Amino acid sequence: MIEMGQQQEFSEKQIWDWLSHVPDPEIPVISVVELGIIRDVEIDNNKVCVKITPTYSGCPATAVIALDIETALVNHGVEKLEIEQNLSPAWTTDWINEAGRKKLLKYGIAPPTTGVSCAGALAIPSGQPISCPQCSSNNTECVSAFGSTPCKAAYRCGTCLEPFDYFKPI
Amino acid sequence: MSVDKTAHDIALHMGDNCLILAQRISEWCGRAPVLEEDIALANIGLDLIGQTTNWYEISGQLSEPKKSPDELAFHRNERDFKNFLLVEYPNTDYAVTLMKQFLFDTWHLIAVRQLILHSNERVVSVAQKSIKEIIYHQNRSTDLVLRLGDGSEESHNKMQAALVKLWRYTGELTERNLWNHVENSVASTLSESYSSTIESVLRRATLDIPERTGMVYGGTEGKHTEQFSFLLAEMQHLPRRYPDAKW
Repeated sequence: MIEMGQQQEFSEKQIWDWLSHVPDPEIPVISVVELGIIRDVEIDNNKVCVKITPTYSGCPATAVIALDIETALVNHGVEKLEIEQNLSPAWTTDWINEAGRKKLLKYGIAPPTTGVSCAGALAIPSGQPISCPQCSSNNTECVSAFGSTPCKAAYRCGTCLEPFDYFKPI
Repeated sequence: MSVDKTAHDIALHMGDNCLILAQRISEWCGRAPVLEEDIALANIGLDLIGQTTNWYEISGQLSEPKKSPDELAFHRNERDFKNFLLVEYPNTDYAVTLMKQFLFDTWHLIAVRQLILHSNERVVSVAQKSIKEIIYHQNRSTDLVLRLGDGSEESHNKMQAALVKLWRYTGELTERNLWNHVENSVASTLSESYSSTIESVLRRATLDIPERTGMVYGGTEGKHTEQFSFLLAEMQHLPRRYPDAKW
């Protein structure tokens, strides 16, 4: 029973569910949860603390994401909210979940290869083919490791000749 | 030297290098020879500005009184900046821009690989965050130095001329006193690792490695080249003229 003027109690599961509907501002088909940038949700005495981590150090979407999370949770009635930015452990594309990968592919972005993150380094897979999201051909080549946003590389398909984005592994 | 003083100095030095190189790179925005390179330069500049903010958060917190990243970037004078002379060198042409990037990226990667072992956990977290981005920077600049050095006669000559122009500024990057928080033997290994990586790539790129003489020093002590004041003037004039300006 909720009394007037008293803030509703939230479960962590409820918060995660609401967050799963907050889209990434640059790739709106996937949510911030699918992208793996929500690291933790804690509720202490009705105060909600959301811990997020940036994808790239200079990603301009980071500030927008924090604002979008705040807007969504406030709209659901969360009154006491803290958003904490954590650099460590550093975000890796290995944290993009399976549902997120499928949506990226459907949207036309080749999802990142997995298993790249290791302590203090990065194992960029070489020789592993990147399939074209349009025609599934493996006859593709990297045009530039730097694409339309910090997180993407520019690729070209040799079969259907379409250019496409590859979510590069970090 | 106290642990905090070391962390402060390292973070400031790393941040200054990232910021000044990012400012130089941003001068290319919309003007690079091909679209892909324009985008690559803008993205690398963006990574470096993000890293600058992270480093300045640390050095600003450890300053007395505390300073914000914006204060550190826009409200300090020439002598307060501890970046290498290399990164402030004018873009000149595309060959110099690329060679400069390669000479810096290689150092940058070795530096952050060392800093993930630092005793200050915030320094470690920024180094770990940066390292993934720098690997991509270094892959690109190494690849382009190889392709253009060992490319056409014109591209080879331009890369060779760029190397000759920049070589005197690489002495600072192998200075052992940059690493005063580590043991002497480790500092020597880092310097040797830098030199051997650079020389191996330059040889593969068929470029002649200049003599290791006539090196110029001073950036890490705040003694900069003439061009640095022009760079600062352009970067700082707006926030200094209108200190309360908001986006």
